This record gives sequence, C-alpha cells and structure tokens, in this order.
Amino acid sequence: MTDRVMVLLGTRKGVFILDGDPGRSAWRLRGPFCNAWPINHAIGDPATGTIYAAGGNAWFGPAVWRSDDLGETWTHSSEGLAYPAGETPVTAAWSLAIRDGTLFAGVEPAGLFSSDDGGRSWAHVAGLRQHPSRPEWQPGAGGLILHHVVPHPGDEDQIWVAISAAGVFHTQDGGASWAPRNSGTRCDFNPPEKRYPEFGQCVHALAMAAGTPERLYQQNHCGMYRTDDGGRAWHSIETGLPSSFGFPAVAHPSDPETLYLLPLNGDVSGRYVPEGKAAVWRTRDGGTQWEALRAGLPQQNAFFGVLRQAMATDTLTPTGLYFGTNTGTVYASADEGDTWTCVAEHLPAISSVETILVSA
Amino acid sequence: MGPPRVVVTLPAALVALFPGCAGRHVVAAETVAGAIAALDRAWPGLRDRVCDSSPAVRRHIRVFVGSAIAGLETPLTDGDEIVVLTAISGG
Repeated sequence: MTDRVMVLLGTRKGVFILDGDPGRSAWRLRGPFCNAWPINHAIGDPATGTIYAAGGNAWFGPAVWRSDDLGETWTHSSEGLAYPAGETPVTAAWSLAIRDGTLFAGVEPAGLFSSDDGGRSWAHVAGLRQHPSRPEWQPGAGGLILHHVVPHPGDEDQIWVAISAAGVFHTQDGGASWAPRNSGTRCDFNPPEKRYPEFGQCVHALAMAAGTPERLYQQNHCGMYRTDDGGRAWHSIETGLPSSFGFPAVAHPSDPETLYLLPLNGDVSGRYVPEGKAAVWRTRDGGTQWEALRAGLPQQNAFFGVLRQAMATDTLTPTGLYFGTNTGTVYASADEGDTWTCVAEHLPAISSVETILVSA
Repeated sequence: MGPPRVVVTLPAALVALFPGCAGRHVVAAETVAGAIAALDRAWPGLRDRVCDSSPAVRRHIRVFVGSAIAGLETPLTDGDEIVVLTAISGG
C-alpha cells in the first residue's frame, strides 16, 4: 500500500494540515482547525492515526484537541490538566509526545501531564514539580514552558523533558523523581562564576538519536550539544555552525549520526536567519562537521525565524524534511534536505511542524 | 422551594466549542459557581473553559449578574440574568 505524508502545522491561529501526494511533489492545504485557537504543538499517533493538538486560548485556557478522522472533526479536553487549587493555573499546553498509547503533555507554567485515554483526561506527573530546584525555575521569553517531552522508546520508566529556562530533567522511575541533566551546557547570560550551573539553562530543543536512546542532541540558547550518556555529560558540537543560537534540533529517523538545525543570527541580533539567507544545517557525523543546505531556500532578504518545534522529518525513503517559519511559510525537502520547495505561505506564525504517514 | 432559577447567556466563542450547545440556558443554582456547574453537567468541560483551577473566573472572561461583575461565590436570586462575556483581547 502506498503511503502519503500529512504535515501537521500548529500555528498562532489553529492547526493546518498539508496533504501530500505519494511523490511528495504536490500539497493541498486544509484548515484552520481547532476553532483558530493558538496551537503550540500538533502530533500524529503513528499507531492509530489520531491527531492531537496542544494549545491555550487567552479566554478559555489550556486544552488538548483530538481528531480521529485525519482532521475533519475535532474534540477538546482539559479534564485533569490542572494544578491543585491555589497554585498558578496552567495557561497552555505546549508540547506532546506519545509512547505505547500513553500521551504526554508539557505545559506552562512548566509541568508534565499524562493521559492513558487519548487525551480525554489527564493526570499530573507531580514528581517533576516536587524537584527542590522548582522554586528557582525562571521563565524564558516564551514563558516558563515545558516544551519537549522525550520518552525512552524501550523503557517506560525513563523520560527526558526540556524546560525553558530550567534545563533538561530526567526520570528513571516513571516520573516519581527527576534529576537535572545539564552538565556541560552553558549559561552565557549568567555571571562568569555561574556559567555552568546544575539547572537554569535555556534549552531550546531536545532530540533523541535514532536507535540510541542514550544519545541526545540539544539546541540551547547558548550552544549546540550532544550527549552519549543520557545527559549526564553534554559536549559542544557547535564548531562549524554560523551561530550558536537557534531553536529546532531534528534527528534523522534512522541514522543516529545525522542531525538538522536551523541556526539564527543570535539572541540579541534579531533572531532571523544569518545575513538574511536561509539555510538548514546538517551533520552526518554526530556534529563534527556541518554543511549548509540552501538549494531552493531564499538567499536574500529573508528575515524569518523558525521556532523550537517547527521542523520535522518524515519516515519515507529518502527522508523528507519540513520546516515552518514565524512568518507563515512552509518549506519541504524530499531528499534529506538537499533541495527545498516552498509548499505553503501566508499562514499565521508557525509554532510546530510534525508529520504522519497515512494510506494514500 | 428549590434553588433560584436563573438565565445564563454564553458568548458565541464559548458556545462554538460545544456543538449543539445553545447560547441561553435556564438553570437552578444558589451561586455563579453552581450555575456553571449545572452547565458543565450538560456540557462536560464547559466549566474548565470559563474557570481556572485557582479556582476563579478566567482572567479574560467576565461574568455579570445583572449589571454587576460577579465572582464564583456571588449568590443568585430567582430571575437573575447571568451574562458570560469574553474580553476584547486578541491578536
């Protein structure tokens, strides 16, 4: 049976879906869905085809939306997606991940929830916010958000999460207790004697290498890093990149040595692509060498950024790659990033890009 | 004699989240919280859209009883008109 790719776009004004043809050469846009709510992250469950979308509405608060018919109809729930009375309420759901039928949601202010009924109801993974460092967690520009959830694919007790700006935390007891995993990552914004704290790093993205759960890649506000021991020690891999600053980090779906980044020109320089020329950067050797992939991307007067969850691969061969800009444009590559095509434009600011394969 | 019977008017953006939900309801409740709870029983999840976990009416929503801004504990009397409004915030 032929598969085709659906690209799921979370935007400031709802979910949009790009339906690709089997050759990934033609795309049809649908949306906006989810009543045009701000959606921070939309994912598809490869096992069921269900689509989930995490967001928060200024009037109506946080919710996770769900579609069982590839986006045609949607329901929403936030049952249980709340902190106890008296605590600062959850404002938005920010990130989603699924493992063996369990759905995880990261929220603002930073915390983790799980659902075993497909997002109809949620349970707080309270151990994370019981970590003694929690009173000292500080928000980044986007708020105090838990923006990446990375479950271990083979060990249900292990999960990594990324919080701006508290850093990476890891549990190996199913969420009851957590430990910071930030050794080796910098805080250039701190005084010199506090450049390498135990927590407080401004992690921007966290990605697990294919087939090697102990290898993680991290795009940070202050550098690009790799760990080969589950985050106990991080090592800089930013040499050769045009900037140490960017948001997304996307691992290749089958090659643990290949990673994609989209560096921006710096945190105080405008946060757009360097010199107004767009490029995705790729390593094929775990971060030792980097190459710029520019074919088909604008090479003059490009002043967009790409947010932390707004780049993704598909799982076809050759691997497809997709990113959405904060100016509402989507670029796609069907050849591992070698060449690019604009496949949608004039959308709201794009918060997230994910893919799911469906039968053509 | 049971709890006061009141009329609740909901904003269009809220009604749109619950297909089939009308914009005007008659419920019996002693307080604003009770009126919202009555609506939540009919339309599960509606309370979470109007109230946060503080618990309080959400920051960008206003609830009026008559012409006065109300909170969750505001008492109701028979014939009260409750109006739920969304703020003009947006972007």
